[in-house]
Amino acid sequence: MKAIVNVFLKNGVLDSQGKAVQHALSGHGFATVSDVRVGKQIIIEINETDAESAKTKVAQMCEDLLANTVIEDYEIEIQA
Amino acid sequence: MKAKVGIIQFPGTNCEYDTQNAFAALGCETQILWHKEDTIPEGTDLLVVAGGFSYGDYLRSGAIAKMSPIMKAVKEYADNGGKVLGICNGFQVLTECGLLPGALKRNEGLHFISRHHYLKVASINNAFLNQCKVNDILNIPIAHHDGNFYIDAQGLSELYANDQVLLQYTDEQCNISNPNGSVDSIAGICNKTKNVFGLMPHPERAMESLLGSSDGRRMLEGFLSA
Repeated sequence: MKAIVNVFLKNGVLDSQGKAVQHALSGHGFATVSDVRVGKQIIIEINETDAESAKTKVAQMCEDLLANTVIEDYEIEIQA
Repeated sequence: MKAKVGIIQFPGTNCEYDTQNAFAALGCETQILWHKEDTIPEGTDLLVVAGGFSYGDYLRSGAIAKMSPIMKAVKEYADNGGKVLGICNGFQVLTECGLLPGALKRNEGLHFISRHHYLKVASINNAFLNQCKVNDILNIPIAHHDGNFYIDAQGLSELYANDQVLLQYTDEQCNISNPNGSVDSIAGICNKTKNVFGLMPHPERAMESLLGSSDGRRMLEGFLSA
């Protein structure tokens, strides 16, 4: 089973990298770009058969290590 | 009797010997503690989580280090009132493991900053900066990529209410001068019980005026007078 974890800075926490990328895109002529956020994706292979159980474990991994919940939010997608 | 200082070393730590040298110069007995150890030596007066790039800053600065065996012992030591100082990457490790509030984000300008910077002493009511005076200006090197201190509004007001804001980035005239986007230009804080301290600047690199500044001495000496 595969877990896709997306980690992004929380809304309200300034994403300096996102802003820099946004400015670069705008400066490059992509005039319709109105916002960019930069985060990270973590792909985990996990030996579980039950998607709910896998999700619970990955959520614990996010709380313990993968995300810093002071500044970051995470989303988990489980793929069979 | 000589004060006993333990200095934590992870793979990628690179300020442990500067830190050892600094405390030895102040007359302390020092010991480097490898991260795989799971106990703190009996009689340790101060633990320092030294600067560097633990685990190559992979995932987030300080994130993987917090999972190391020794960090459980560091938490126990702190919970029992032991004094812990995190410098630079050590500060990041202490926020990651929850011993200090807030988090250190990427510098606002996205650059690694390595230069001397002035700091204002904001509080001396603690075991760290008791050799300084409020509004003293200290000249201390900074060297970091992720030094942008973040805490939410409620956390910030708690820091002020409990006198936990210790150091702020300024210019030589004591005017706020923020190099990295930190909330309220904060460079160093302590926990509520004032036994865990963290700062991004490197006092251990400011021990000799020949090397630019000896202001770090006054900071580190605080631990030895308490």
